[in-house]
Amino acid sequence: MSDHTAAGTAEAHLHYDPVGNRIGMWLFLLTELILFGTLFIIYAVYFHRYTPDYERAAHELNRLIGGANTLVLLTSSLTMALSIAALQKDKAAQAIRWGFITLGFASIFLVVKGFEWAHKFELGIYFDSEVLLARPKGEIVFYGMYFLMTGLHALHVIIGGSLIVTAMVKIKRGTATSKRMSFLENTGLYWHLVDLIWIYLFPLFYLIHR
Amino acid sequence: MSAAALATPAAINYINAEKGILSWLTTTDHKRIGILYLCSITFFFLFAATLGVLMRLELLSPGMQYMDSETYNRILTLHGMTMIFLFIIPAIPGIFGNFFLPIMIGAEDVSFPKLNLASWYFYMAGGTLALLSVMTGGPDTGWTFYVPYSFKTGANVFYPLLAAFILGWSSILTGLNFLTTVHRMRAKGVTWGKMPLFVWSLYATSWVQVIVTPVVGILLLLVLAERVLGVGIFDPSKGGDPILYQHLFWIYSHPAVYIMVLPAMGVVSEIIPTFARRTIFGYKFIAVSSIAIAAIGSLVWAHHMFTSGMADEARIIFSFLTFFVAVPSAVKIFNWLATLYGGSIALEPPMVLTLAFILIFSVGGLTGLILGALSTNIHLHDTAFVVGHFHYTMFGSGGIMFLAASHYWFPKMFGRMYNRNVAYVSILLFVIGFNVTYMPLMFAGVAGMPRRYADYLPEFETYHAISTTGSWILYAGILLMVGNLGYSVFKGKKTDKENPWGGKTLEWRTPTPPPTLNFDGEPDTSIGPYDYPVEVER
Repeated sequence: MSDHTAAGTAEAHLHYDPVGNRIGMWLFLLTELILFGTLFIIYAVYFHRYTPDYERAAHELNRLIGGANTLVLLTSSLTMALSIAALQKDKAAQAIRWGFITLGFASIFLVVKGFEWAHKFELGIYFDSEVLLARPKGEIVFYGMYFLMTGLHALHVIIGGSLIVTAMVKIKRGTATSKRMSFLENTGLYWHLVDLIWIYLFPLFYLIHR
Repeated sequence: MSAAALATPAAINYINAEKGILSWLTTTDHKRIGILYLCSITFFFLFAATLGVLMRLELLSPGMQYMDSETYNRILTLHGMTMIFLFIIPAIPGIFGNFFLPIMIGAEDVSFPKLNLASWYFYMAGGTLALLSVMTGGPDTGWTFYVPYSFKTGANVFYPLLAAFILGWSSILTGLNFLTTVHRMRAKGVTWGKMPLFVWSLYATSWVQVIVTPVVGILLLLVLAERVLGVGIFDPSKGGDPILYQHLFWIYSHPAVYIMVLPAMGVVSEIIPTFARRTIFGYKFIAVSSIAIAAIGSLVWAHHMFTSGMADEARIIFSFLTFFVAVPSAVKIFNWLATLYGGSIALEPPMVLTLAFILIFSVGGLTGLILGALSTNIHLHDTAFVVGHFHYTMFGSGGIMFLAASHYWFPKMFGRMYNRNVAYVSILLFVIGFNVTYMPLMFAGVAGMPRRYADYLPEFETYHAISTTGSWILYAGILLMVGNLGYSVFKGKKTDKENPWGGKTLEWRTPTPPPTLNFDGEPDTSIGPYDYPVEVER
């Protein structure tokens, strides 16, 4: 970053500044990490307090489905990276194709997540439900955290998906090219963050029981 | 460049470059966005000040005279919430940071101009929601939204929570923008060691904003979820822990104190050298102490909770850190005083306000140490002493320096000058009113007067009567000051002096008011921000 004073010449804001765009995005990702970090702290405090309840409740989540969904999301990070790599080589059509494949994986993830939630609802497990309130306090908190954190994560998947759609439109229109990579690159960064958060959510909810 | 600018005065500047209200509402010019913030923040400041006067009116004598306790609680909550989220936090960064940070580093704009405008719209959305909540009765929780009360009360807490959440994002986006701007947009010659101290303080503030605001953002959402969905994360009957809420709340809200104070300190570091005609004493120490305050200040949150139930070891550590954060603050005070020493001091209105700041803020800082000590804290916790203390620190820093900055940069921003005699009178009223209002509260607190109460025992009447009288003087001072400035925006004496005060930072070396692209040609960065002596145009 030794050359960053050089960017401040006249009409600097009219210039496209990929490094600045990247700094801005990383700062934003930092705020997202802290946002989720706060939830992780709350999770940790209650895990410490209600460890047996947490383990019992975690037993009710399906590891196989959760694991499969993790694979889906990890693969989507790969296809996202491939889309960026394609655009860097000016292969717009290929970039768009990889973008749509990423969107496909995102949809699969959301649908699976939706079925998991729906299954819990069928069992009467949701916020403030009679079934849940009859359970030990640690389990109420566990499910509270489960729905909040996976819900907020799903919201991020949806936002990430909308960003990908926007990026694809930009590529199609020619406003995102190998010379103007920032939007697609930042979309990719965001997508990897969404993926990264899930990598922590998965073991914390599905794998903590023995 | 200076002579050329004077030869062709009042050419095209940022004010007359475009016309019509729409050109202001869709602008991406950082200076115009600063003016947008100025208008909206002044409105909310006066709104919240009026609420404060109403509270003081009710406290004039024991018993309930003008309102019931329910109304008092709501006014108290709205006063605190508006002052904090809509006034002190955004005031100096939003107005003067936006307007002058890019100019001070020789840039044309911030890194993300559109995002900058979006921040203002977020601010307005939050402010509108806060006002809407008034129409539906208003929240009664206090600005801290402590659980479990905040999700059990029948009052409308939904809007204020959402408002605070949105305002948080406004704050984050402004911080993100300033950080990127400082890293990427500095002109050649504006190195880290030649950055004005106001920029340094905004830089430190922005880091605090970006790092801690998401904590309160998610926390407010959790309270919303608790209210609407009954999740149970903070509900003890469902296994939740209300104390955990307090910790997380103060992890944000104590550093938020430094979000309010640091920009104010930055303004002080600009005004003092200008009016003392001296190089700032200890530039590096002031710059580093901003960062130190930001860093240590993020680790002292639990001193708000000394009586909430906590391990003794934790209390000792937090008490120690609280004392420790006073060190960099004191470093700044000593440096400012050392700058004044031997200077050729011009007691212009901004300088008088700044000297008042040093006095008032020192009282605030020292009473903070009394509260930070564990044993005295037990006695003073949740008393009127705390109210006196934080008005001396918050209003005494962010508030006063907002007014000082308004007087300092006014001629540059508007190309007009305010009436200086009226300014002196208003400052006098302000400083007298300030001390008469808040000093008695500290005595009342030591005597045992609790904070937040709508009513009190007869033995506290003298303190409250004095304080309420003070609030009228203070309010008169504020109205006169804002009135003087507001009038002068349109009717003040025109001036196109580039450098009316003899400042050395870059904004004083560009035409008045600045052109849309901030400078006519390349900014002249050969002179450092504090290279005195300088020629004064009078």
